[in-house]
Amino acid sequence: MGKGKRAHFDKYRPPISSADLMSTPSSLIDDCPPPLYKPQPDGKHKENEAHLIEDAPIGVLITTYMSYFFLIVFGHIRDFFGFWLKSDEYKHLKTQNGYAPINSGFDTFYHRRLYVRIRDCFNRPVTNVPGRTITLLDRKSEDYNRTFKLTGETKEVLNLSSYNYLGFAQSEGPCADAVETAVRKYGVATCSSRMEAGTLDQHQEVEALVARFVGKEAAMIISMGFATNSTTIPALVGKGCLIISDELNHSSLVYGARVSGASIRVFKHNDMKDLEAVLRNSIAGGQPRTHRPWKKILVMVEGLYSMEGSICALPEIVELKKKYKFYLYLDEAHSIGAMGPNGRGICDYFGVDPEDVDIMMGTFTKSFGAAGGYIAAKQEIVDRVRFYTHASVYAEAITPPILQQIYTSMRIIMGEEGGDEGRRRIQQLARNCRFFSAELRKMGFIVYGDEDSPIVPLLLFHPAKIPAFSREMLKRGIAVVVVGYPATPIITSRVRFCLSAAHTMEDLKFALQHISEVGDDMVLKVSRLNRPAVA
Amino acid sequence: MASTLGTYAAPLVNDAARDLADSIIIAVNTTFTVASRVYSSIPGSRIFAKYVKASYQNDPYRTLLEICLVIFMIWYFGGKKHKPGDDELQLTEKEIQELIDEWEPEPLVPPLTEAQRTELDKIPVISGSSGSKLKLVDGRERINLASFNFLGALNNESTKDKAIEALRKYGVGSCGPCGFYGTIDVHIELEQEIAKFIGADAAIVYSQGFSTIASVIPAFAKRGDIIVADAGVSFAVQKGLQISRSTVKYFKHNDMEDLEKVLEGIQRDQIEKKKPLTRRFIVAEGLYANHGDICPLPKLLELKNKYKYRLILEESFSLGVLGTRGAGVCDHFGVSGKEVDIIAATFSNALSSSGGFCCGSKEIVEHQRLGGQAYVFSASLPAMLAVAAVEGIKYAESHPEALARLRENAVVMRSTLLKNVQQVQCGGVEDSPVVHLRLRDHRFRNREDEEQALQEVVDEALRNGVLITRAKYVNDQELFLPPPSIRIAVTAGHSRKEVEKAAAIIATAVKKVLKGRK
Ligand SMILES: Cc1ncc(COP(=O)(O)O)c(C=O)c1O
Repeated sequence: MGKGKRAHFDKYRPPISSADLMSTPSSLIDDCPPPLYKPQPDGKHKENEAHLIEDAPIGVLITTYMSYFFLIVFGHIRDFFGFWLKSDEYKHLKTQNGYAPINSGFDTFYHRRLYVRIRDCFNRPVTNVPGRTITLLDRKSEDYNRTFKLTGETKEVLNLSSYNYLGFAQSEGPCADAVETAVRKYGVATCSSRMEAGTLDQHQEVEALVARFVGKEAAMIISMGFATNSTTIPALVGKGCLIISDELNHSSLVYGARVSGASIRVFKHNDMKDLEAVLRNSIAGGQPRTHRPWKKILVMVEGLYSMEGSICALPEIVELKKKYKFYLYLDEAHSIGAMGPNGRGICDYFGVDPEDVDIMMGTFTKSFGAAGGYIAAKQEIVDRVRFYTHASVYAEAITPPILQQIYTSMRIIMGEEGGDEGRRRIQQLARNCRFFSAELRKMGFIVYGDEDSPIVPLLLFHPAKIPAFSREMLKRGIAVVVVGYPATPIITSRVRFCLSAAHTMEDLKFALQHISEVGDDMVLKVSRLNRPAVA
Repeated sequence: MASTLGTYAAPLVNDAARDLADSIIIAVNTTFTVASRVYSSIPGSRIFAKYVKASYQNDPYRTLLEICLVIFMIWYFGGKKHKPGDDELQLTEKEIQELIDEWEPEPLVPPLTEAQRTELDKIPVISGSSGSKLKLVDGRERINLASFNFLGALNNESTKDKAIEALRKYGVGSCGPCGFYGTIDVHIELEQEIAKFIGADAAIVYSQGFSTIASVIPAFAKRGDIIVADAGVSFAVQKGLQISRSTVKYFKHNDMEDLEKVLEGIQRDQIEKKKPLTRRFIVAEGLYANHGDICPLPKLLELKNKYKYRLILEESFSLGVLGTRGAGVCDHFGVSGKEVDIIAATFSNALSSSGGFCCGSKEIVEHQRLGGQAYVFSASLPAMLAVAAVEGIKYAESHPEALARLRENAVVMRSTLLKNVQQVQCGGVEDSPVVHLRLRDHRFRNREDEEQALQEVVDEALRNGVLITRAKYVNDQELFLPPPSIRIAVTAGHSRKEVEKAAAIIATAVKKVLKGRK
């Protein structure tokens, strides 16, 4: 496919803003494949999950390692000569006038020699709403990505990158209107923490709504999702307790676990046999050295893993929980709103009783188009956690406009506002997910994750394909997120598509066509699974 | 056995044995020559051989002993090691099952105490917008001396207008971390504005004030590095220190002599033990939230330069408060913002928005874009709040009279309090707006009792129209838990009259409570 054939997104079809789309009648989506969720009567996790993680073909494996080998060898050669010949540029990596370098050359090797080469694919500045489309500020680098200058031009592209699952990132519509009213009434901030003088009546109202939404007695809202994890876990467990954590858990969970002072053990990603083995060993062995029994055990999992697109095997975990009496901490950052026939997360998706999950955590940065996070649990737990969660005592309370966005979007999802708008969005997202990942699989790409996941990782493998894919897609008018080592294992660099209810079928077909073309160019269709056509 | 063999089979055995011996000798010889050839090709082997020979002549037993030692070492290091937790493998399946059946976990959380229950019920709930004056849900208006709205800029109409403008352009959430299309142009603007305001080269914006410093410290200080921190630092800083896993030493709060002693001690230790040079940091706060006093920055800078440490300053309470421009503690002492290596603070206090930032050289800032955990792994600050923060900076820049009033109000607050009631002590320097009010000359049974008394003062003041709050801590996780206090946050949003009135009300409340406790 030559250069001439590259269709520009804005030539192809002028994008309309996501707000427009949300008010278009649902006739737009009539040509979609039929819905939706597979009924899961026995509440069992799908057995065929394993086939969704396909190994890399051996040829790809070898060439990928070779690529890294060359990158690293050349990096070291450049460092070696650079240190002698261009010592000015390396000044910051050497001991200077009695100060140890702020970053050692070894620690920053990856950053200097691999990341900088592809830096233009990250931290791309935007302006406008991160909705169905996103407007990028064009930038240029004249020193090989060390610094960037804005050119002053902008470019609107299709957005397959934001966590805007239900399409609530909008500057118009009922949410935005409600937020405007809220700013007039409550202002923009409170300048205090929740435990001191930062609590508005609005906080209590939204917390009650969140509790009702997730099916728990009570909820507490924190002004940042990361801090919700990192400062609540120390309020629950401490010395003498054990945390058993999925190996791919988010950095905020790891941070919180480390601050808590509890012992930490890890089980293989979503591997229930391994979890059970770890549990048995841990309970039988007790605490290290003293062998005293653990005070309590907290198992931490995520509902939907943001790099893998995999859904946690909640029904099995709940079964194990009954057998081994541990407590369960479920992080629904990505799944709340986006999963389940009612958008109420993983419990809704599997039909698991929320009662079986002790601590439900989630964030509002994704499906709700807001910010912050929540902890929902039994009343006594939430009460206690208010006293001991660092962010509840020391951090700023979540601000009124954000609260309002949560409130209105959540009520729309629940159908208490806006008629069947919420349901429409949930169904549109679910259709989009299944359609998109099934099409990619049919094309022969190696795609990870569950077919119902709004996060669709497509494997790129070679380090050189990371920037190439991202740049090529951008040229074609599509914004995508690429991730490589160290966010993923060294071999499985990937592009991660995030789907949204704001995407139309046309958008997805447009994207699929370009992905397919680029995939042909870059030899990405390397799957050897003969997948049955997805119904 | 050998003797029986010897009697009738001797010749046979001898032949066989001779053959065997021959072949063994040949084998050993060839192996040995090959081995010695290989051996001699290893650099340094001659010296080793000479050493063995010499030592053998001197003392054959010693060689034997050394060989034994080597064998022991190989056995020791090569052998299976005992790891803690190995024993559990030796349990039978049945024993494991029994242990599992027996195990009873503690409840996830212990129940709240009675005092905590009432405390929860007493958290003030604001109806409508917060500000220098506010309404609680009971519908009555109060003077607000509890929020850190030092400049009185909170929720003014122009900020609301700007926020709504941003809402109509950017929506609310950013729906992604900064790395993945979450960097909005207003973030870039905010970074430039705040760096300019502080006088640093560059800045980076985080989405929550508390998490900023707790993420900045571990981005630079790693295992093996040295941190010398003031014992009075606030909780977020403590968490940053904890997660960094560096060697942390504390010096007495604001005691520069003690700091120098600690620094000297470390230097001596390093020279004596010939430790390699690692990164070293001094961590302090501009205006201490827990004490209300100001760090002696010039002395800190002198010591840091003398001993070659980098200085990390937490400025959440000094930003928008200290200095002629309100640019913080550097401004207060008239030193350039570039003198301090790393400055971190929140936008949620005087600048009356939300989120936090870190300032420093370009290198310091760029490093965090990949190494600051709370930056990389969290969605970026909503555009509306970034815009509100820019408004906060502009407000501080364009209202020097607010800063003057703030200081005056702080002085008035302290003096009126002390004039009206003897049994209190006001922590902090005279014109600092953070006033820690503590009860003295009164014996309390324990900490709870003292907190209880302070809470009664808070309740009484609230009844009379003044909203104040006890300084709240996660008591059992604070490293050096400050004594209980009521933390009064003076603002520029009040007139002198109002401050005097509020101070009088608080003083009366103190007197009343103490009288009731006699
Ligand atoms: C599993 C998980 N937990 C927590 C967070 C943090 O949420 P926030 O972006 O609201 O800080 C994320 C965000 O990426 C996440 O994926």
